[in-house]
Amino acid sequence: MAVAGDQNIQTLQEYMRGLKSTGAPCSHLIAILHKTQELYGYLPREAMDEIALTMDIPRAHIWGVATFYHYFNLTRPGRHSIALCMGTACFVKGAADILEAIKNKLNIDFGETTGDGLFTLQQARCLGACGLAPVMMINDKIYGSLTPEKAVAILDDYASREKKGVLHTGNV
Amino acid sequence: MNAMNTLPKYIVTLCDGPTCMHQRSKTLKAVIEEELKKRGLYETTSLVLSGCLGMCNKSPIVIVNPGYTIYGGVSPEDIPEIVEEHLVKGKPVARLAIEEDYLYNRFYRVFGDVAFFGQQMRIALRNCGIMDPESLDDYLSLRGYEALAKVLTDMSPAQVISEVKKSGLRGRGGAGFLTGLKWENTARQKSDEKFVICNADEGDPGAFMDRSTIEGDPHTVIEGMIIGGYAIGAHRGFVYIRAEYPLAIRRLRKAIDEARREGLLGTTILDSAFSFDIEIKLGAGAFVCGEETALIHSIEGRRGMPRPRPPYPSQKGLWGRPTLINNVETWANIPVIVLDGADWFTTIGTEKSKGTKVFALAGNVQNTGLVEVPMGTTLREIIYDIGGGIPDNKKFKAVQTGGPSGGCLPEQYLDTRVDYESLQAAGSIMGSGGMIVMDEGVCMVNIAKFFLEFTQNESCGKCTPCREGTKRMLEILQRITKGEGIEGDIEKLERLGTMISKASLCGLGQSAPNPVLSTLRHFRAEYEEHIKNKRCPAGTCVDLLSYTITDGCVGCGLCRKKCPVGAISGEPKQRHVIDQAACINCGQCYAACKFNAIQKS
Amino acid sequence: MKQMITIYVNDKAYQVESGQTIMQATDGIGFRIPRLCYHPKLSIEGACRVCIVEVEGARNYIASCSYPVNDGMRIYTNTVPLRRARRDIVELILDNHPDDCHTCERDGICELQRLAYSMGIRRRHFEGEKKNYEKDLSSISVIRDPNKCILCGRCVRLCSEVQHVNALGYANRGFQTVVMSAYDRPFSESVCTNCGQCINVCPTAAFVEKNYTQELFDKLNDSSVIKIAQVAPSVRAAIGEAFGIPPGQAFEREVAAALKKLGFTYVFDTQFGADLTIMEEASEFLERIQGNGVLPMVTSCSSAWMKYVEQFYPDLLPNVSTCKSPMSMLSAMAKTYFAEKIKIDPAKICVAAIMCCTAKKYEAARPELMVNGLPATDIVVTTREIAWMIRSAGIDFLHIEGEDFDAPLGLSSGAGAIFGVTGGVMEAAIRTAYELYTGETLIDIEVNAIRGFQGIKEGKVLMDGKEIRVAVVHGLGHVYQILDMVRNEPGRFHFIEIMGCPGGCIGGGGQPYAGSNSVPLDEEVLQKRAQALYGLDRERTFRRSHENPHVQKLYKEFLGRPLSSLSHKLLHTHYTPKEPRGIITREQTA
Repeated sequence: MAVAGDQNIQTLQEYMRGLKSTGAPCSHLIAILHKTQELYGYLPREAMDEIALTMDIPRAHIWGVATFYHYFNLTRPGRHSIALCMGTACFVKGAADILEAIKNKLNIDFGETTGDGLFTLQQARCLGACGLAPVMMINDKIYGSLTPEKAVAILDDYASREKKGVLHTGNV
Repeated sequence: MNAMNTLPKYIVTLCDGPTCMHQRSKTLKAVIEEELKKRGLYETTSLVLSGCLGMCNKSPIVIVNPGYTIYGGVSPEDIPEIVEEHLVKGKPVARLAIEEDYLYNRFYRVFGDVAFFGQQMRIALRNCGIMDPESLDDYLSLRGYEALAKVLTDMSPAQVISEVKKSGLRGRGGAGFLTGLKWENTARQKSDEKFVICNADEGDPGAFMDRSTIEGDPHTVIEGMIIGGYAIGAHRGFVYIRAEYPLAIRRLRKAIDEARREGLLGTTILDSAFSFDIEIKLGAGAFVCGEETALIHSIEGRRGMPRPRPPYPSQKGLWGRPTLINNVETWANIPVIVLDGADWFTTIGTEKSKGTKVFALAGNVQNTGLVEVPMGTTLREIIYDIGGGIPDNKKFKAVQTGGPSGGCLPEQYLDTRVDYESLQAAGSIMGSGGMIVMDEGVCMVNIAKFFLEFTQNESCGKCTPCREGTKRMLEILQRITKGEGIEGDIEKLERLGTMISKASLCGLGQSAPNPVLSTLRHFRAEYEEHIKNKRCPAGTCVDLLSYTITDGCVGCGLCRKKCPVGAISGEPKQRHVIDQAACINCGQCYAACKFNAIQKS
Repeated sequence: MKQMITIYVNDKAYQVESGQTIMQATDGIGFRIPRLCYHPKLSIEGACRVCIVEVEGARNYIASCSYPVNDGMRIYTNTVPLRRARRDIVELILDNHPDDCHTCERDGICELQRLAYSMGIRRRHFEGEKKNYEKDLSSISVIRDPNKCILCGRCVRLCSEVQHVNALGYANRGFQTVVMSAYDRPFSESVCTNCGQCINVCPTAAFVEKNYTQELFDKLNDSSVIKIAQVAPSVRAAIGEAFGIPPGQAFEREVAAALKKLGFTYVFDTQFGADLTIMEEASEFLERIQGNGVLPMVTSCSSAWMKYVEQFYPDLLPNVSTCKSPMSMLSAMAKTYFAEKIKIDPAKICVAAIMCCTAKKYEAARPELMVNGLPATDIVVTTREIAWMIRSAGIDFLHIEGEDFDAPLGLSSGAGAIFGVTGGVMEAAIRTAYELYTGETLIDIEVNAIRGFQGIKEGKVLMDGKEIRVAVVHGLGHVYQILDMVRNEPGRFHFIEIMGCPGGCIGGGGQPYAGSNSVPLDEEVLQKRAQALYGLDRERTFRRSHENPHVQKLYKEFLGRPLSSLSHKLLHTHYTPKEPRGIITREQTA
């Protein structure tokens, strides 16, 4: 939960102060939302309210932009974000089977987070690693030439390492 | 990077694209550095990480220059040999070198000399893999910013425009509008302010040309944009780039900073009276923002919903001012056209499509990666000569160009030349350069569904035909692939598809039905087979499959154990049977069987 | 200088002015290309694609709302393939729309229904998944039903471009696009001012007022309750339209008669409340001028404006008059002065206000307007709702014999009638303030400078040599301009009238829907409604509020004098800043 006056809000306000005087306030909106997501991992309502009041951009407008662009998360993501590439090359090479396997394993669909807050599953358009298709990216690491079994094994590995507490992630 | 006082003897380039990165190019780099130091070569060798070189299937890639030796599939254990034999003794290691050097026959060699024409010809990608993308000096040594200097000293804006017009260059982003005409239209507008935009919102699934260009040679885009700004009278430029490309963004940012520091951006560029600067604007995951007016809305901080044209961006673009928008590849062509002239440029390509085009070759093809070929090269040449044909002895079935806006072409179109008109006449489009090869195992109904799912998911939702129509088309396709297709579905797809392509607001909607319409045109029988006989000839539509166990079964029982629904029964060492009523067609038995005794039909 | 060019429509040549869109040009020569998202007062969206035409040489169909004509252009508006495409587009809209026309509030007066009929959609080809969202019933005034929304975007544009409130926006995208308020929170928690203009421009029932007709019928059938009605000026100026009468005809006595037939015990007139408001407001103004009060003083009768100022300009609340609105003043008098008069427990009185306004529903529920612990106004229904009730109760409105409003709260001056038009409150206030200040009667009482439909009007009045500078604003979208002036040049104005809706109350969010031959917010219709009220003013014996004998009697018998302590208790109030804070937009942002 974002609390007014917290460190992130202050960072965000400073960031906005730097932008406010240059050009139309609205033209900075997407950059500000990127910054917000960088700070929080998603776009908390309190932060969007702060943006509205500081930049004089109506809330409904900010909400419209935040929900239009799929890059923005509107809920707090899991500790590890899985981006499964559904680009053409990956699709042709069986990304749908990988998806099925991940869905069965984690019981979540695209855009959802597991109950234990460990994984968020996202759909990627093309990770640009078509030579390794099908691929998925967990946090910033690419896993290629996947099979359903391999994908599940990778997730198991994350989960077990997480249990042992040896995993660090840049996401949180 | 090792500091260098003298010219390096060798330049070792390591591909640092995502695929190679995965193959531990960073580890390789460390090993190479170590080996160089061991042999006292560290000071005389330049080690460079480059953007994606486009040879993903042979990764990791190491290139040694001069000599342009390409090593593929290099492991850390190979490094001592390469260093010892090649860098010390000057003898390339034949064992690791990639012989089929057709992938890298470029037009430009390091100093712009005219090399021989191969199947490929690199104009937009001319420096990718040759230079250190993070070094302005490297770019300068490859005649970088020479075109800009020429423009600022010798040419009037009108002359620049006339040269670009004469070159016949057409927009590489998809529609193929004449670039020079666009420049002229924007230049003609009277306004207190004008803008230049580089569209780097590359979104086609499977396409990564723009990303590679920016990661491999960011300065060429910057140079192109400055020239464009000079030609139309703009002083501010924006690069609209996908947030999903962090490396490209970083390199571009660095390149802009460096250019600014060296007086190539900012006020009084190269001591001329011209001022120009570039800002980076991040996209946020919306395919539709590749459309000009949507892109403009996005830069303005709005939802990326296109608006009706006219007015065109050249008349009323960003913040209502005349705006010139070109995509990355188009911009990358500009310095070459300026430097070597339209006369030369027009010798490449076909009558109406000049120059080269970069494709991202992917799918069921031996060599995947980026290829740049002269316009007019045939699909067959790209797929078989450059791409090395279809792997696993499978049969070619179709090639898809133009991404989700394009179409699928069957075998009889393999001799189609890649240029704007020919591809369109065949029922596909040039698009931004995605090229997906499909073998006989790919179901065309399923692939049409895949593309429609994509466009449907990326529809901005503004206009009725695209928002509602693609949804209905998708529902029909979902029905058909599930075996629930009914008589008349094909006609409905055609009726909706035609309406959507003629009535939608923007290019995304207008082209969304293309994958369906083109497969209907070329693979109608496959649709009919799904609808009438509930059969998927390619064997990919899960709901239409049935698995049976043949005489080859030895009764090992593996399939029985693997079956998640207990549909397989049989005594040990006896032929097993699948209960078709219980089978969910998951295919696990098929994958598990070691004796090829399970048949899919 | 307009240049004339030749265009060919369906192969026939026409001379039209250049610089127009195809739609504008063809509208001018006897065509009416079908349309949906287009609205003349709003920016061009080009979204619905219903207005497509064929243009020779163009590969695709062209949206006529946005494409300019040029010389020699050959346009086809009705070819067979085009008809089919248009039909299919409208069907696609229907396919994602509930099939509940018979039970829908807008059955029979729905633009989509009319369009579907005229497109000739007699069967469906493309049915599939439909959207399925919850209705948002949180607001006291405006109900949002996303399932009926066809995403034409008129409401979004209106809320942003005309009203500058920006309570509405698109969320999500593609098939999942929904019009909603920020963060998908209940509408009641948004910056919505309840003006109801979204309802006016909505082609379907995606926005409707919260309906209180059943509650009202229940009360009317409850014999233990004294049923009092009051009718806003603008209701009589527009209600005829709901019965198919062309705009411009006032139905004053007919409304009174119909309400009596509906079962009201007493039918009072909000215009009496307006006269009372003027007595208080003019006095307050003079007090502020003479006693160094906060200036300029801004009117407080418009409910949408009041919520707007609380959220968007809380710092200017001291400028706002403390007077309650005419509705709330009249209700307060009904439950005190009148209750005493007829010796009835005010708790047994139900005051129903018949208003042209949706925001009045919200006003009625404001706790600060309660009188002796009771809500002053119990039920508010709009012009649309009362027209429906009249019809539903089997009353022949068109042939009804007119009746008088009831005494003592039913008599009104001409000044009270013009309250419904932008500038009317100011004009009425000047008529009275002038006389209160100078002791002389203002002869030329029609203040033309502040009549008409310009967004901002300015005028001057000389009172005993003192120049009083006034301004009149209607439509919330113009408010920032005048309030910027107030902030930057504090002394520029003395008195400002602000009405939330374009045209004032006559253009209220509760007025009859535009019929098949007109568009919502049409200025011509507003003009005609205004003329109807100006007509009533001219026919009145008294045209100044202070001349109203029943108002005089009320002061003599009950209140004492304007601004007396009893007046303060019953007729004045105070407003407080409200969350969420509104974001003032000077340029449109949607």
